[in-house]
Amino acid sequence: MTLTFWHDLAEFHFLQNALLTSITVGIVAGVIGSFVILRGMSLMGDAISHAVLPGVAVSFMVGMPTVVGAATFGIAAAILITLIRQHSLIKSDTAIGIIFSSFLALGVILIALVHTTTNLFHILFGNVLAVQDKDMYLTIGIAAVVIALVVLFFRRLRLTSFDPVMAQAMGIHTNAYHYLLMVMLTLVAVVSMQSVGTILIVALLITPAATIYLFANRLRTMVIASGALGGLISFVGLVIGYSFNIAVGSCIVLLGTCVFIVCFPFSKKQNLIKLPIGGRS
Amino acid sequence: MKEGEIVGIIGPNGAGKSTLIKAMMDLIPHQGNAAMDGQPLAKQAQKIAYVQQKSNIDLTFPITVRECVALGLQAHANMFGYTGKNEGKAIAQALEMVDMTDFAKRQIGRLSGGQLQRVLIARCLVQEADLIILDEPFAGIDNRSESAIMIVLRKLRAEGKTILMVHHDLKTVRSYFDSVVMMNVNMIGAGPVATTFTDTNLEQAYGLPMHVNQGGQS
Repeated sequence: MTLTFWHDLAEFHFLQNALLTSITVGIVAGVIGSFVILRGMSLMGDAISHAVLPGVAVSFMVGMPTVVGAATFGIAAAILITLIRQHSLIKSDTAIGIIFSSFLALGVILIALVHTTTNLFHILFGNVLAVQDKDMYLTIGIAAVVIALVVLFFRRLRLTSFDPVMAQAMGIHTNAYHYLLMVMLTLVAVVSMQSVGTILIVALLITPAATIYLFANRLRTMVIASGALGGLISFVGLVIGYSFNIAVGSCIVLLGTCVFIVCFPFSKKQNLIKLPIGGRS
Repeated sequence: MKEGEIVGIIGPNGAGKSTLIKAMMDLIPHQGNAAMDGQPLAKQAQKIAYVQQKSNIDLTFPITVRECVALGLQAHANMFGYTGKNEGKAIAQALEMVDMTDFAKRQIGRLSGGQLQRVLIARCLVQEADLIILDEPFAGIDNRSESAIMIVLRKLRAEGKTILMVHHDLKTVRSYFDSVVMMNVNMIGAGPVATTFTDTNLEQAYGLPMHVNQGGQS
């Protein structure tokens, strides 16, 4: 079965594109996902990944690159949610619920209006086997930019994630880093659309990071390991999905969940099971 | 407040002690202003080190003791978080002062309350601030940590630093503080402990006739 995969990988260009794209997406989603879960923004990640949908439709309408339209709408959603939360008595999750469902609904209507080959189903659930060269290079480029930004601003992101009040007291503009993360999150959502689709992006963001979070003692370890795990499950998910002819995106997501479930009882931070070896006091 | 003093803010629960210090640092919307050396405090954020109540710290965050202390250095760092100084040395010295060197590599969730508070004090130390603001540093910690922290704070006072502390334990007020601010929603009194920490003011703050002996029962 998997032999077919390797054989086809050597033969078919589309499969090579799919492999590179899904691994890249898995890595960058794991990296950003670490910050998303540590800041308690999992819902925000969900919201932004849904909010890019109308942007995709608008991009098709006016013929601009998908990334631009999607990023615009993703960031608009992030700003709206943050504004509602900071300037009203509406709680964050409520604001997120209102905004993301509206954006998603708007997206569904707009996509239907555009007469292109774009299939709503593929946008919602991903179609990594149809990734073109152009999309793949874009994905790799965006992933490189996002990872470079994380490396550059790592110390600041750590401080503002761990102790935002202290950061503010130091005179650091915590909001700037919040929006930096939102921008990166949007970019990741745009590229992840191809492999797992809009609906399932949040799983790729938070499941690998949450799995590593159970074990990591340092943020750097967590970010690197989450990226590695994200890349790995994307790779294995693609192999399984392709070999058995099932939806690759869903395969990746379920595989991530399986890894999480297997790791969950062994978390040292939770002490559900005492490991006989390797336990550090 | 005078320079080089340890000042306590005391008052019953809900008196607005934490709110007062947050407003001073411009962390929450407020009216009025706080000044140091004739400049608003909020404009001198780099000269202030603030430790919030340790119950607000996310203990599950993947960060070690050493990295947590290193965060203090960020006050003087560039936008990427680098100071260009010998960071390792500053961190090691701070950990040494609070006697936490042996725990440098431990994740902060695996510390006792007192150990965590000492780490937060070490984080303050590397900030090299002129004004140190602590919100209930002694809540729920062991005696050994409390006295270790007081030793450090007195050392800082000797170096001319000013320390402002929200405090709960009335028994230790006389031995810890030079001056005291007493409040219960409104300001009741502020000044040297001897003249401000009086039975009359205590009664006003806590609504009950009280007498506090140093080291005795309240």
